[in-house]
Amino acid sequence: MADNGLLESVLRLVEKVDGGTDSQDVAADLGVDHQVIVGAVKSLQALGEVISAEQKSSRHWELTGEGREIAEQGSHEARVFNAIPDEGLPQNQLMKMPSGKVGFSKAMSNKWIRLDKAHEGGPRVFKTVEAIEDTVRDKLQLVQKGQSAKLEDKEKNELKKRKLLSEVTVKSYWITKGSSFSTTITKQETELTPEMIASGSWKEKKFKPYNFEAMGVAPDCGHLHPLMKVRTQFRQIFLEMGFTEMPTNNFIESSFWNFDSLFQPQQHPARDQHDTFFISDPALAHEFPQDYLERVKKVHSEGGYGSQGYKYDWKIEEAQKNLLRTHTTAVSARMLYKLAQQKFTPVKYFSIDRVFRNETLDATHLAEFHQIEGVVADYGLTLGNLMGILHQFFTKLGLKKWVEVGNSGVFRPEMLLPMGLPEGVSVIAWGLSLERYVDTHT
Amino acid sequence: MPTVSVKRDLLFEALGQKYTDEEFDELCFEFGLELDEITSEKEILIREQGGEKAEGASDVVLYKIDVPANRYDLLCLEGLVRGLQVFKEKLEAPRYKRVSPADGGEPQRLVITEETASVRPHAVAAVLRNITFTQERYESFIELQEKLHQNICRKRTLVAIGTHDLDTISGPFTYTAKPPGEIRFKPLSQSREYTAAELMSLYKTDSHLRHYLHIIENEPLYPIIYDSNGIVLSMPPIINGDHSKISLNTKNIFIECTATDLTKAKITLDMVVTMFSVYCDEPFTVEEAEVVYPDGRLSVYPELAYRTETLSGDFINKRVGINESAESIAQLLTRMCLRSEVSGEGDLIQVEIPPTRADVIHACDIMEDAAIAYGFNNIVRSTPRTYTVANQCSEEDIADKLRKNITETRAVHISNPKTADFQVARTSLLPGLLKTIAANRKMPLPLKLFEISDVVLKDETKDVGARNNRRLCAVYYNKSPGFEVIHGLLDRVMQLLDVKPGRNQGYHIQAAEDSTFFPGRCAEIFSCGKSIGHLGVLHPDVISRFELTMPCSAIDIDIEPFL
Repeated sequence: MADNGLLESVLRLVEKVDGGTDSQDVAADLGVDHQVIVGAVKSLQALGEVISAEQKSSRHWELTGEGREIAEQGSHEARVFNAIPDEGLPQNQLMKMPSGKVGFSKAMSNKWIRLDKAHEGGPRVFKTVEAIEDTVRDKLQLVQKGQSAKLEDKEKNELKKRKLLSEVTVKSYWITKGSSFSTTITKQETELTPEMIASGSWKEKKFKPYNFEAMGVAPDCGHLHPLMKVRTQFRQIFLEMGFTEMPTNNFIESSFWNFDSLFQPQQHPARDQHDTFFISDPALAHEFPQDYLERVKKVHSEGGYGSQGYKYDWKIEEAQKNLLRTHTTAVSARMLYKLAQQKFTPVKYFSIDRVFRNETLDATHLAEFHQIEGVVADYGLTLGNLMGILHQFFTKLGLKKWVEVGNSGVFRPEMLLPMGLPEGVSVIAWGLSLERYVDTHT
Repeated sequence: MPTVSVKRDLLFEALGQKYTDEEFDELCFEFGLELDEITSEKEILIREQGGEKAEGASDVVLYKIDVPANRYDLLCLEGLVRGLQVFKEKLEAPRYKRVSPADGGEPQRLVITEETASVRPHAVAAVLRNITFTQERYESFIELQEKLHQNICRKRTLVAIGTHDLDTISGPFTYTAKPPGEIRFKPLSQSREYTAAELMSLYKTDSHLRHYLHIIENEPLYPIIYDSNGIVLSMPPIINGDHSKISLNTKNIFIECTATDLTKAKITLDMVVTMFSVYCDEPFTVEEAEVVYPDGRLSVYPELAYRTETLSGDFINKRVGINESAESIAQLLTRMCLRSEVSGEGDLIQVEIPPTRADVIHACDIMEDAAIAYGFNNIVRSTPRTYTVANQCSEEDIADKLRKNITETRAVHISNPKTADFQVARTSLLPGLLKTIAANRKMPLPLKLFEISDVVLKDETKDVGARNNRRLCAVYYNKSPGFEVIHGLLDRVMQLLDVKPGRNQGYHIQAAEDSTFFPGRCAEIFSCGKSIGHLGVLHPDVISRFELTMPCSAIDIDIEPFL
């Protein structure tokens, strides 16, 4: 805050003037730097309607550092001229002088000097005129005195080209009296204090206005990762729709549950090194429900349950390979198998957890991401039901264009029947990636 | 999903109709395809290699259509057109026939020797007679082979296709395997002969072929096919011989597919011949070829088998959620190239599955096609009346872990990590948090981060040999270590979990040594007498190794006992 004394001086000046005054003039009158006055104006503005200040910008010409030097000591060419005695001066000597190089060419073009190249003892410089007028210096001095208006624009631009002058924009204020103008500054309080309340002195005080544009003090608190926030949202939706959460706390899965039990053949490209992360330690899974495994082997290699099968040699070694699960559908398979070992009841399951794919990494693809999966198993479910459930799910989410966001389908009999699920049971499932959804909706 | 690129104008010409882009997009969608992109060769080059390389490239409009991965019959323009025409009932699905050679001649014969058994044991073959190529048909023929190679042939590892001008070679053909040094021929597009060993080095720098070298490179014997005069037809799965190469003038084609999977070889051969026999003088006929196995068994190809499945209209209606008559369903299926007829008994339908639909392996695939023909958008959406009561994550199997020795950290190793960062499945949450702090050093202090998530530990009692472990980890990074802050966090967490301070029934901490922490500034945390983790000031070595400069305190605990 500017010193109150200064503020009151400014106010008094403004009072004397009829229309208004420019802050630069105020600075000149009070003999202080313009910036100080700008500060004062700002402080006055903060007090309310004491003054009204309109920003203006004006341009004026100023001498550069080099310009100032020339104004003082004369232009390079003049100095060169004055340095040459009547008998002339060897050129190389001249060039060694501080203003030598610049001054020489300028003085030559002004025809103040001439060069005798053939002179014995080396090229020599002579004066051509008796005296000169250092017009450049004169012009600069005019500007220095604040009389730049006396020079034509062409002349000023010339000097600007020679880097002796520069045009400076000055922002100043046009100050006029405000609606609550007064020449005295009343001290403003910042805050209400207990003493003021007790003594009642607040009634006589003026308070500094609040800046409602500024932000408040952020409370000290933690924040959830945006992915986790959305995950909670999805979880809510599933729970509200009556879906039970599946335990997905196993990132490591065997190829058997991740691929074979889902009727994905062993030569399928997704089981490639390029798409899946395999485990070197522990490399193989060692426990499987043996009867079920035999049935899976048969349906892949020979067919059965109404299917032609894939007709290839199914190998246990492939199925034993451990990997970082590529989808949580592996967990759904385990759950459905478990369900099939007891008396079947309709179920609705969901999970939201991490999966791993050996994809090319780029700005929109990660090797690890979260998959959201929903599964419904019941007698007689139809494609119409699948579409109905999807519609409900995505409506609850508030998504309109859901076709490209996820995948859905009906599990094949080659997957369900070997597990032992009853024939009339249909299982529908769908999934999407949490990251993709967060990406496009936050 | 494989993408098939077709010239739009050729496509419309073959379809006998012009469409706007939107109309064609709709048609694709109805049929179960996706019009992914409309572009041109020029645009592709501009995008991939910049404006100058695209100078003089073709402006012809290309449609890029995504087809389902198991629809091998839609991988070329010919197949797409045929499928769409039948779908729109403009055409009846053709009947593919295997025929004997005209004039009672002998069929072409391919003899397999026992040497192939260890490297690539199977082969099938067929002949396309009196075919007429144009530039476009020829390109489409080559392109289909490439697509099949990438798709069902699993990048030539399962099946490799070789096509030859029959008039330049003469059978019977021998499919054998020889040491690479003994194989010598002039391969396609080369000007001289090479040995197989030389070809292996030559193709190491070929951007296309080098990806297939590994299939036979280290084998003692390389597969090779000769004709009766010792001319090399091909060295599968790498390259064909130059001698028998196909040109626009070729009239008779000998096709051989060698394979490690016989079923896929048969399907592949069927696809090539069904698609391109349309251009033979007698369309959709394929001349048979014989294949003789080392044990003398003789098989005739192509199989071009048609098979029948019988199902009820009721089955389809129930699964899809519609109510159509058997006749109506039969018509829907016929539009999908599954020629169907009402059998007359009840609502049974006889469905004939042609050789082009190897993807149909179960009645549910037939049901899917019926749904596509009916139109997914026409199926009424309904909510299943499945009544269920929901549960949040079951605490059951987590409770068994209470008895486990959790402090043993044995890591699970990834065999094909993406980068060095992915070599091990994490056994601790701490490195991740410290890396996050390192990436945010410029943010105002103090930095306080936490994570509640799973780590992976080896566990022999699990069927896969590993299990997840839910942990909580938090770090505090500031000018002063803030042990009391982390300790305060522990107290608060215990409070929220309803665990009181106390030695026996509650939690307590006591001094401990752990290499991660600064000596004298580390404590072990016990809950109900069992250790659940540590807290303390991190060791300066740890701090430096993560490229951090401020003191840091951390807590790392197993929270499964509390779930």
